[in-house]
Amino acid sequence: MTHFDVATAAVQAALDAGARYADARVMHRRYESMSARNGEIEELSQDEDAGIGVRALVGSSWGFFAVPDLSDAAARTAGTRAARIAKASARVPGPAVDLVPTGGQSGSWASACAVDPLSVALSDKGDLLVHATKISHENGADVAEGLYQIWDTSKWFVSSEGHRIDQHVRECGAGISATVIGDGETQRRSYPSYRGQYGTSGWELVDSLDLGAHAARIAQEARELLTAPMCPSGETTLILGGEQLALQIHESVGHAIELDRILGWEAAFAGTSWLDLTQLGQLRYGSELMNITIDPTIPGALGSFGFDDEGTPATKRDAVREGRWVGVLAGRDSAAVAGLDYAGSVRSDGWSRLPMVRMTNVGLEPGPHTLDEIIDATDDGILMDINRSWSIDDKRLNFQFGCEVGWEIKNGRRGRMLRNPTYTGIGPQFWRSMDMLSGETVAWGTPNCGKGQPGQVGHTGHPAAPARFTNVRVGVRG
Amino acid sequence: MSRELDLAGRVVELVREIAGPDAEAEAAVTYTDRALTRFANSSIHQNVADETTGLRLRLHVDGRTAAGSSTVVTDEGLRGLVERTVAAARLCPPDQAWPGLTQTSPVAGPGNWDEATANASPDDRADRVRAFVEAAGGLETAGYCRTVNWAGAFANSAGQAVTGRSAEAAMDGVARTGGIDGVARRNTGRLSDLDGAVLGARAAAKARAAAAPVELAPGRYEVVLEPTAVVDILQNFALFGFNGKAYNERRSFAEPGAAQFDPAITLVDDALGTLGLPFDAEGTPKRRIALVEQGVTRTVAHDRRTAAEAGATSTGHAIAGGASFGAVPTNLRLLPDGSAGDGTAPTEVDGPVVDSDTAALIAGVRRGLLVTDFWYTRVLDPKSLVITGLTRNGVWLVEDGQVTTAVQNFRFTQSYPQALAPGSVLGIGRYASLLPDSWDASWWSAPALRLASWNFTGGASG
Repeated sequence: MTHFDVATAAVQAALDAGARYADARVMHRRYESMSARNGEIEELSQDEDAGIGVRALVGSSWGFFAVPDLSDAAARTAGTRAARIAKASARVPGPAVDLVPTGGQSGSWASACAVDPLSVALSDKGDLLVHATKISHENGADVAEGLYQIWDTSKWFVSSEGHRIDQHVRECGAGISATVIGDGETQRRSYPSYRGQYGTSGWELVDSLDLGAHAARIAQEARELLTAPMCPSGETTLILGGEQLALQIHESVGHAIELDRILGWEAAFAGTSWLDLTQLGQLRYGSELMNITIDPTIPGALGSFGFDDEGTPATKRDAVREGRWVGVLAGRDSAAVAGLDYAGSVRSDGWSRLPMVRMTNVGLEPGPHTLDEIIDATDDGILMDINRSWSIDDKRLNFQFGCEVGWEIKNGRRGRMLRNPTYTGIGPQFWRSMDMLSGETVAWGTPNCGKGQPGQVGHTGHPAAPARFTNVRVGVRG
Repeated sequence: MSRELDLAGRVVELVREIAGPDAEAEAAVTYTDRALTRFANSSIHQNVADETTGLRLRLHVDGRTAAGSSTVVTDEGLRGLVERTVAAARLCPPDQAWPGLTQTSPVAGPGNWDEATANASPDDRADRVRAFVEAAGGLETAGYCRTVNWAGAFANSAGQAVTGRSAEAAMDGVARTGGIDGVARRNTGRLSDLDGAVLGARAAAKARAAAAPVELAPGRYEVVLEPTAVVDILQNFALFGFNGKAYNERRSFAEPGAAQFDPAITLVDDALGTLGLPFDAEGTPKRRIALVEQGVTRTVAHDRRTAAEAGATSTGHAIAGGASFGAVPTNLRLLPDGSAGDGTAPTEVDGPVVDSDTAALIAGVRRGLLVTDFWYTRVLDPKSLVITGLTRNGVWLVEDGQVTTAVQNFRFTQSYPQALAPGSVLGIGRYASLLPDSWDASWWSAPALRLASWNFTGGASG
């Protein structure tokens, strides 16, 4: 039997058991990771995961069941059990469920990949991490860490509406960090970000990072931070590097525009959103420089795909245009509830998890300046870069971020390094204060976005460039 | 012999066959049967279940180490896993710090088991959800009811062969009115212990009592933390404080032998007799360890590698794939005040206070805050364990021993060890609640805590 046959059998079993709609995903994923510490390999793991997940809609109630067995019999049992679970859902029924139409899509898609990351010799990959962490350790890092991760995922999707889609997504990325231990505190510098850079790409992405070339610098900067002056407390002009701005977008825009949160479906755990659908199209989210897109078609970005996990083709659309909120991340059922005519942002982190609304690539379109021009135009402020901590409330309004490093900006020049920089604010107020934006965009990958119960880890992408914000509270102390 | 132990044993044999008799191998097999019924807007909107058998192999051959895992447990799948892991190990550099395998040693018991919980149906969970929704009396509700059972086995080439199984049920839900939430949650080994009506009524009472919150100025306040909030302290202590690797690398605050906490604080890790398997990812039997006794830090959690580095022995806290992160205690109990009371469950109290135990702590507060939950807490510095986060699911002002008004959520920035430092703990509850972890089957046990000071650094509205 082919994987399509297995998925088709599961769908048919769910229909036979009473479902009015059913879909099934067969997924096979290989994952490889290696970490190094202070010039030694610390851990190498190669993992394989395969199974089928079936979703069934009975009346207006959903059920989902998953097993790692890809036999015809197991698939049929999974379909039947998904329908049975859906029937139990009807004991506490909700409103009618519709699905916005996508047509019975058929197709294949594969992410671009010049160098298959799983085919690169383990010894070469190990040498890369050993070399970089050794240099960092020798240059002052107490704990020099390096990590790469590779995901190679194939999936086959079938629905009772005629979907028949297969996709092959290859993702990888890597990063290094240097931690120094001081008297009662630690400092860390990372490259290219604290968790590394990731994309739907081949090993060429990791090669392009040139980890070894930055290993000494981050160790030296981490050690400098131990004696750097503390970030001052108060309100100031804040310039954010692109990596930090990517996380700002993720937390204060990406999650806020998830339609399942807006509809209250995540209320108990992930939270809701400050956004109200009656304001869609009118609400002023940020300054006119703020143009946020939802775009799973960006080549190489970590949130890219050909079809989402409901079979909706990847499509670019606006979330915020010239500061005005105009779009959401939606699935077929949530979009129908909200009266919207598009979906396309539903994914799961594996065959055993229910697909749910997820960020794809949610990014900020570039502006007209460069980072140097922004610094030149700033008389008094702070530049912060590389995320260290992140926290935001359950409505996605009140945030506090910490960065690894800050620099004083005085009279258009970058000055002293600052220790423990933090900034805090309220999402829309913060975005409305953005007055300069650079065009030096990088699509940062976030491979660790948590959501859902049972918990799921999502992969998202965030094009972002350095930007300037006025009257921001910085230097919150513990 | 269980199916899981049979699988683990076959993998160890395959390693011998493929890599030779000197290869060291450890295989852990876990069957997980997980079901979760999720509700929002007072109806079931997600209802899921999966049954998975996962196998994890770590081997050490010719002085080199590699690991792998698979859910493909056919003969072909097992052989493929062993072959590629052996091949990977041979390409790795020598592992000078390999600590060797766990030697044969019995586990303390089979793990907790409840047949009814293990065999719970979607209807069983839906009925509890319905009870929660109905008890909320028309308030919007959201949350989940889950049941999980798992059977595990571990075998290694040194002869260790252990098995265990466990079942768990948990319920966690909010009731909402006017955008204000109240929460109730519980973890247990028996689904029959979960009463959706009790939990729904509690969540609704808290939500109603949280209406019309006022905004208070940021600053340091005395606090009474409900067990739901105390759990966050335990989680962060586990990840960053009592983690053997962080301790070895001086990234932890822990200083064994030092009186780092108030004498009221005794913290143990104790997986036995409650929920979970009786051995860790390296097959080391779990046992109760005292991390803090009457305020004095005693030890940290170790796996075999961190223990060898520290000149200690493993405490049974290896986590699968945890070489980078370290050894983490995941079954922490903050012991309640044992000086009075018999440990029986307190009675429910009307209004925002969960129970008579928490009410007793509040009675001594002249001016402070009652906090239900912490939310989105993140570490600003792992060594001092300064953490920022927010309150959630209800905050109230307490004046002269009485709850007087609901308060808007706060952001805080606070060193957790400092909050529990000598002289800082003004009271500790007489009853510890067993509470679930948000993400999986870990659990935490905590009483309410009355603390002298908590640093609120901003109102959540600006």
